[in-house]
Parts: sequence; structure tokens; C-alpha cells
Amino acid sequence: MTTKKLISQAYLWLILLVLYAPIVFIAIFSFTNAKSLGNWTGFTLDIYKSFFTVSNSAAESLMDALKSTLIIAVIASAASTLLGTLAAIGIFNLRGRKKKTIQFLNNIPMLNPDIITGVSLFLLFVFTHVTKGYVTVILSHITFCTPYVVLNVLPKLAQMNPNIYEAALDLGATPLVALRKVLVPQLRPGMISGFILAFTMSLDDFAVTYFTAGNSGLTTLSTYIYADVRKGGMTPELKPLMTFIFLFVLVVLLILNVRAFNKQKQTETV
Amino acid sequence: MNNEDIIIRLEHVSKSFGDKKVLDDINLYVKKGEFITFLGPSGCGKTTLLRLIAGFLAADSGVITMDGKDLNGVPPHQRELNTVFQRYALFPHLDVYDNIAFGLKLKKVPEDEIDRKVSKVLKLVSMNGYEDRDVNSLSGGQQQRIAIARAIVNQPKVLLLDEPLAALDLKMRKDMQIELKEMHKQLGITFIYVTHDQEEALTLSDTIVVFNEGRIQQIGTPTDIYNEPHNEFVADFIGESNILNGTMLEDRKVSFIGHDFDCVDEGFGENVPVDVVIRPEDIYIMNNTEAAQFTGKVKSCIFKGVHYEMFVDTDEGYEIMIQDYNAFEPGSVVGMLIKPQDIQVMKKSCLMNSFEGTMTSDESVSMLGGEYDCPKTEGIFKGDRVRIDVAFDRIDLLDNDQDAPVTGNVAFILYKGNHYHLTVITDSGEHVLVDTNDVWDKNDLVGVKILPEDVHITKIGS
Amino acid sequence: MNKRSSWALPYLIFMILFVVLPLLLIAVYAFSDGNGHFTFSNLLAFFTEPKIMNSFLVSLEVALENTLICILIGYPVAFILADKNLNKSAVTVVLFILPMWINALMRTMATAEIFNALGIQLGKGTLLFGLAYDYLPFMIYPIYNVLNKMDKSYIEAAQDLGAKPSTVFLKVTLPLSMPGIVSGAMMVFMPTVSTFAISEILTNNTIQLFGSIIQEQFYNMMWNQGAALSLVMLIIIGITMFFSNNEESANEGGLL
Repeated sequence: MTTKKLISQAYLWLILLVLYAPIVFIAIFSFTNAKSLGNWTGFTLDIYKSFFTVSNSAAESLMDALKSTLIIAVIASAASTLLGTLAAIGIFNLRGRKKKTIQFLNNIPMLNPDIITGVSLFLLFVFTHVTKGYVTVILSHITFCTPYVVLNVLPKLAQMNPNIYEAALDLGATPLVALRKVLVPQLRPGMISGFILAFTMSLDDFAVTYFTAGNSGLTTLSTYIYADVRKGGMTPELKPLMTFIFLFVLVVLLILNVRAFNKQKQTETV
Repeated sequence: MNNEDIIIRLEHVSKSFGDKKVLDDINLYVKKGEFITFLGPSGCGKTTLLRLIAGFLAADSGVITMDGKDLNGVPPHQRELNTVFQRYALFPHLDVYDNIAFGLKLKKVPEDEIDRKVSKVLKLVSMNGYEDRDVNSLSGGQQQRIAIARAIVNQPKVLLLDEPLAALDLKMRKDMQIELKEMHKQLGITFIYVTHDQEEALTLSDTIVVFNEGRIQQIGTPTDIYNEPHNEFVADFIGESNILNGTMLEDRKVSFIGHDFDCVDEGFGENVPVDVVIRPEDIYIMNNTEAAQFTGKVKSCIFKGVHYEMFVDTDEGYEIMIQDYNAFEPGSVVGMLIKPQDIQVMKKSCLMNSFEGTMTSDESVSMLGGEYDCPKTEGIFKGDRVRIDVAFDRIDLLDNDQDAPVTGNVAFILYKGNHYHLTVITDSGEHVLVDTNDVWDKNDLVGVKILPEDVHITKIGS
Repeated sequence: MNKRSSWALPYLIFMILFVVLPLLLIAVYAFSDGNGHFTFSNLLAFFTEPKIMNSFLVSLEVALENTLICILIGYPVAFILADKNLNKSAVTVVLFILPMWINALMRTMATAEIFNALGIQLGKGTLLFGLAYDYLPFMIYPIYNVLNKMDKSYIEAAQDLGAKPSTVFLKVTLPLSMPGIVSGAMMVFMPTVSTFAISEILTNNTIQLFGSIIQEQFYNMMWNQGAALSLVMLIIIGITMFFSNNEESANEGGLL
């Protein structure tokens, strides 16, 4: 039993090692000045300095890209959460063919590869002569983010006592007050996980943004990196940025999971 | 009835879900301050009716008024009534205090007044001191008390209760029944109570409305409903009973199970087929057979806690249920007596099946969603609209539903002493009444077969 | 009741505008030439142009290989993670999902940089490594989910009936975890076929996957031709969906 466990753990950590090697590698070489990786020319914080002070044009456009990425992600995921929560409540109360149809439509953006979503929306904006830019990118991100919100909120509705909403109306709440004071608090966990998922999907997206950003000069982190690759080199300031993102995600996820784990343990002992 | 005393009135209220008619032409009034119960099996429409009154559903047709004002279009939050839901529906994210104060806060009642009202109502439901408790930590019975408190704290004119005790265990249910009755007395507001538990209805109510399949079967006081059921459904649903075919010979004389009995009913006419209801506790059973009206042999005897429940085969071949404080051994010969006032005679709702259909040839008719052969009748031809009469005992129910033109489900079973009287609902939604000796279970899928010679047709409109 | 079902209406309208209409437009553009006239030639190009067909076949091959690699590496990981005896720490599970929260292009670029630093020639080998690296979490998670939710009494029942550990795995665990494998494969296969930036970075643009061809067509303003190729992909997705049409397995794919 113990050798089996040992082999299992060794296997896990080996895979993790390979999985994290590139990220750690980049993080290490963010502390040296050399152009090419693997060439250690001594410890320095120069790249960090130029990243934070935005001292050159490359760092400046990287900062812009970072800002755009965050703005798009925040707006798109907030809108998706709103739209998706309302939709989930609607879908939950639908029956039969209507319900199946709308659920089928909801699945399409999740099953479509990014490039198909991107291409189809590109054609939509071409066809309708809409100038591509922030608005088109945000609308496109809402398109592929909302299904995930719907899928996260629906189970919460199923768990909820179906009479709760009616009880609120019965006690004198208007439908809007009942939504705010009773439904939303019940659905909040699903809405939050839907929001987080939508946010990360938006941050991570490349293909859809690529096709719907147009040539207005709007760059996100993804399209910035892609342009970088086409130019044939990595902007040095990307290395500290990546290190920060990695550390940030690591800390946030660990905190969340340790908390969830403790909570679970607590309820088990009660 | 004085209009002043009526708080809720329903006139010709109907409601369908898809093709299914859940409520069919309901007419009903509720008096101020009374405890009225909607009683019926699941799916009879009682909860739908409650939801119509609460405003969670809208009626397809008909009028519901409260204090003389039409409720049509008035959303639930503007109706002066409150509901206690079956599974409590307490808000899990709020504590006991905030749950109860929910309605008052929406009405912008001053905070100190809310405090006062909440603590007063908590005392009423014997839950004082629970203000800060998390509702999820409460037991089922405690949650139910909070749900009641949350509703009555708003001082509604009418309190709607949707099977509020169904989720509680038996002991708790009995205790809560007494408390509910007590609360009703103290508060003086109208209670509309929905339940499928006939015992609960008999214990609690001033008035009982018995529902079946979307229609009101009977309205009356618990004593009325128990002692004088209007039809076989009510007789069977409320309490235990022997329901038997009989013939009203003349006023105050009825014949059933092969004997003539004196009774107190009049006005049926002479030699009219009727249904006779005898409650099992109303039959006197004794070892003496000479003084008896009829005799039989005990088939089984089971102790039921307070009384014994016995099935007796009469000499004429009927099976009768009897409840008595004394036990009679199975196999013993016994005599029985029924007093005239304990015989409840009911008019039969119909004497035979009557359907409408269309002739598909001179010797076949389309009815109940299928095609049946029938004898050739003079003056009736293909395409004619006809009425088809079939006697209850001339219908065969088949296990193998493929062998019959029409299939249906057994919806209602009544034992009539020596045979079963079944109601089969066909796939086309029509009711077929069948007398049979075969044993079927509720919801069985059956084929409905009728021999051609048993199909009696008459032309409509000629 | 009826009123609340109408809350789905805004989303329905949104989806008609931004999901249904755009997909229809793909078909419209695929069957028309630059002047808006009906034509089959865009679609025919898929079969007649060797470059396109070649890249299509290469993409299928690479996607298949990548899917198999992900299953072979990912299944044991998922199995170990789900087994309470072999892994007690919830943190390890998180560590496997964590890379998904870092921008994929960034990770891919990091991988390419490592290959460069190690002096490894970019090509098919590095492409497969990089793809597996990118898509592994998408395979691990659905399988882990299914294994984790699986009723352990099935395994105990099999043991009770005298099955050896290897038999238990082959006859019980593996068949029961099939929905996870299927939904993992769905999340790896099609995205691999359609990937474009990742393959460019990992092969220095020496191997063009189908996604790159589509992207190139659009980049060169050949929208109708690009739409035709997108339509081909849509049809393939439709067919795969039809064969793995299993709502439960599709729903196992949630990431949170």
C-alpha cells in the first residue's frame, strides 16, 4: 500500500513539475537582464523597474493591454452574470420544448471552438457594418461567458425551495424586491462562481478578441503576446507580469480552497 | 347568506394546465372567521385553488372576490392574505426575527413596533426567545411555527395553509392540530386549510369542501360530511364505509344485500336504484342470530388499537366491514343489525355509461378515441352523431391493452360488497364506469373492450 | 410562474442575435462569392486545394494524438487525485487546475522559450508537448469529477464478488468513468484542431493546423473561403455532438 502511494505521489509531482517548469523558468529569468532565456547574467530588478515605471514604449503598450484586458473582463463578466442569472431563473421556470431549445442554444457557445465563435461574430459585425472595438469585444465576451453563468446558477435554483419566491410575494414584496431580497441571496454562490469563471474565460480569451477587436488599436494581453510572437521576441516586461499573475492566482486559489476545506471540515464535525 | 359575512367568494372558477382541466366551474364562499378546509386526494385541484386565491396563479375563467372586490389582476403582494407553505419556505439566509419581520419591514412599520409584534407572535406560537436563531438549525415543527408566525404577524384577513403539517411526524402533527385550532380561536381570522388527510379535516374544520378531479363533491360541516355523504366518492374518502348497491322500494324502505331495511330517507320515488352507505361502526354484531336482520360468518378479525375490525361474509354472498369493541373469532356465525338512522341512501350519479360518438359505418361507431363494432340499427347510418349506452357490467377490462380499441388507466376503485366498481379514465380523457369481479390496482393500464351486442346506440337530435 | 419564465427572454434575444445569426452568417458567406452570388466553389476548395486538405488531415492527426496523450497522462492523475487513500490533499487538485487560470498564450510562449533555451528545434514534437501541456487540465478535471462523484460501493461490490483489483478497474471503474473521458476528449480534440496561435508559437509556423488556415484566410480578407472552412468545422462538431449526445457527460465539464 505504501509503495503504491509513493509511486502515485511521485507521478503527481513529476507531472506538476513539468506543468510548472515553464512558468517557474520565466519567473526565475525575470530577475536577470539577458535577452535570451537560460542565459543568467546576474541578479537584477531592472525589468521590474521598467515594468512598474513604464519606462519604454513596449512597457507602455503592455500596460495599456493589461488595462484593456481588465476593463473588458470586468464589464463582460458583470453583464454575463446579470444576463445569465435572469436567464437561469427564466429557464428554470420554463417547461418542455421551450426549455430544451433555450438550453441547446446555451450549449452552443461552450461547444464551439473559440475560432468558430470568433469568426461567426466577426462576420456578424462585418455584415451589420458595426465598427469593431471595445463594444464588439465586450459583446462577444458576453456571448461566450454567459452560458457558464447559466450553468452555475441553475443548480442553485434546483436546490432552492420553490415556494420561497412566492412566500416573499405573499408577504407583500413586489417581484423586484423578491428578486433582490430573497432570490439573489439564495443564488449568490452560483452567481459568484459564474462571475469568476466568466472573468477568467474573458482574461484568457485570444481567438474571439482577435477576430472582434478590429484595427482600432485595441490590444489585450493575449493579442499583445500574439503580436509579440509575430515580431519574433518576447517583450522583457512580460516576464515580471507573468510572475505576478502566477503568484496572484496561486495565492487566491490556495486561500479559497483552504477556506472551503476548513468550512467543509467544520460542518463535518458539527 | 348575508353578504356582510362573506369574505371570499368564488364564482364559476375554472383552470386548466395544458389539456388537463384542474378546476372545473368552482362555486364557493368562505365566511368571515371560519376554519374552512379543502379536502381531497392529491391532484384533485385543492392546492391549485389555494394558489388562485393567493394570486400565484390566474384563473382561466370565473371571478374570485374578497370583501366584494374582484381580485382579478391583483398581484399576490397586494392581496390582504398570507400563506403558510407546505415546506415552510422560510428564507434560509435570514434568522428567525428577520423572517418574521420580512413583511412588516416592507410595509415600513416602525422598528420598535416590529420588535413588539415579532415577540408577541413568537409567544403565540410558543417560540419566544428564538429571535436570533438560524432557521436552518430548527426542527421541522419549529420551522412550521415560524412559518405560521411569519404569516400571521401581518394580520391578514385570511390565512391560507397549504398542507402545513404534511411534513411532520404523526405525534407532532396531532399536537400542532390542537395548537392551530387554538390559534384560530384566539386570532379570529379566516383560515383556509388544504389537506388530503380526512381525519385532520374532520378534527379542525368548521366547514369542509371535498374535492375530486377538479370538482366540488360536497360542502358541509364535518358531521354532515361524515354522516350524510352526497355520493360514493365522499363516502369512500371520508372514513371507512360499506358502499353497496341498493333499491329504494318506497319512502323509508330500502333493499340491499338481499334484505329489506327501514330507513329515514324519503323522496327518491319507488323502485329506484340507489347507493347505500353504512359506516362499519354502525353495524351491530352479535352471536345471537335470531334477533338479527341478516346473518353471516366472520372471515377475519384484526385488533386496531381501540376497536376490532372484522370482515363478515353474509349468507347472501356480500362482504361487509364491521368495527366493534368486541372480537368475534373468524369462522363464528354472527347476526347483524342496522338502525334506520344509520343507513345513508344516496342517489346514483348515473345508472349506465353514456358516451357520444359518430357512426363510421352502419355497424361501427367511433367513441372514446377508438372504434367499436355495434349492431346495425334501423335509421342510423354512417356519419350520424349518436349516443352510446353501455351497462357497467358489460364492459371487459383487458390486461393486454393491444386487444382493445381503447386503453385507459384505473383512476378510482370502490368495493361494493360483492364486486368492484371502477372508474377508468381513457386516453381521450373520458370516464368509463365498470362493474367487475376482477381485482385491479389504481393506475393499472387496461384495454376497454365492449362486445357489439352490448353497445346500444340512439341518434342524437332526431 | 408564467411571468418568471419570461425572464429568459432577454437572453433568448441576445442568443438569437449573437449566437444563431452569426452561425447562419457563416453558412451564408460560405455559399456566396465576393459579389454575394451563390457558389459552391468555396466549399469545393476544401477538397481540391491540397494545402487545405493536408492541413486538415494533419490537424486531425495531431488532435487525435494530443487527445490520446492527454488521456494517457491525465487519467492516472485524475485517478490518483480522486482516490482518498492515495491523495488526501485538496491542494494538489487545485495545483493541477491552476495553470488554466494563467493566460494560455503566455504559458505557450513560456514553453516555447524553454525549448529555445534548451536548443530544441521547434516542430511536431514540441507542438505535441505544448498542446498536451495546455490541454492536460481540461482532460484531468472532467475525469476527476466523475471518479470523485462515483459511488464507491460499486467498487466494494465488485471486490465483494471476488474481482481482482485489475478486474475491478477494467470492468467497473473504467466503464463508469467513460463519461468523464468523453467530455474530456471533447474539450481537447476540437479545440486542438482549431487552434491557431498556439501551433504557430510552438512550431515557429512550420506546421499549420486547420485553425491557422482559417485565420490566414480571414487575415487575407478571403472571408467567404474562411467561412466555408469554418462551416466544415461546424459540421464536424455537429457530427461529434450527435454521436456523443449525452447530456450528463456534457455537463460534467464544468470547471468550478
